[in-house]
Amino acid sequence: MPSTTDTPASSPSGEPRPSGEPPASGQTNAVGASSRSGKIVRPRVAGVGRVLVVVYAILALGAFGRSLVQITEQYNDAPVAYSLSAVSAVVYIVATIALVARGLVWYRVAWVTISFEMLGVLVVGTLSIVQPELFAHATVWSIYGIGYFFVPLVLPILGMIWLAKNKPVKA
Amino acid sequence: MIDWFSYVQIAVALLAGVFCLVSGFARRAPNDYTLGATALVELLLVVQFVVALVSPAAGNPPKGDVLTFWVYMVSALLLPAAAAFWALIDRSRWSTVVLGVACLAIAVMVFRMNEIWVSPNS
Repeated sequence: MPSTTDTPASSPSGEPRPSGEPPASGQTNAVGASSRSGKIVRPRVAGVGRVLVVVYAILALGAFGRSLVQITEQYNDAPVAYSLSAVSAVVYIVATIALVARGLVWYRVAWVTISFEMLGVLVVGTLSIVQPELFAHATVWSIYGIGYFFVPLVLPILGMIWLAKNKPVKA
Repeated sequence: MIDWFSYVQIAVALLAGVFCLVSGFARRAPNDYTLGATALVELLLVVQFVVALVSPAAGNPPKGDVLTFWVYMVSALLLPAAAAFWALIDRSRWSTVVLGVACLAIAVMVFRMNEIWVSPNS
């Protein structure tokens, strides 16, 4: 059974964040039908976090577009590099969604996908310099993302900082 | 594509991007100036779209990969529109920053599109 109003943070009226949007679902405050005392929720993406989400979305679009072209036109030239392009595109798309989505599971998905990107850009970036013949064809991560102004290298770091600072909180 | 027009477009997108970023970091919510600058970037993209459609018939076909070019072109057309839509919904200063990021991304994309148009292996 839901306990009565538990903490001052979950007052039914005001949302503490200064965004002009109405609460999206019953999750914003802990007074919804599904609330128990001490329920853990993710804060809504606000402030500079929204810019992060947009940059992620643009990168996801770029990676998706590139891999679409590579796979439809010249897949057999470099199956490894191009499959990797496709995987990275999917990971960027999932990471973008995971940054925004509210559930606790999505928070973990965000960590997993962003860690994967970090690993990907470091491993593929290093390999593309040490063993250039493996990656004769460009991917988002070649030479640490030089084709994308090193955004693929910087973005996971910013993403991790943002996730660490915006942990799910007790509502 | 037409070289000089692409360069004008890149310059406009860069200026609009920097202007929106500065406005955003100066804590301004999206206003007529920043949205107008983004609209101008979008307008030039629509012109570019028409130019790219007509150019091959006028004896100026793309030398690089056609599919890549059109993926860029369509993505570019969507980007400022999406950013402006965002700015109309979320009236915070970060939306102004988002407009700036979108305009700067357009500058890069048009640069790449022009490269693809003039050079066969890019």
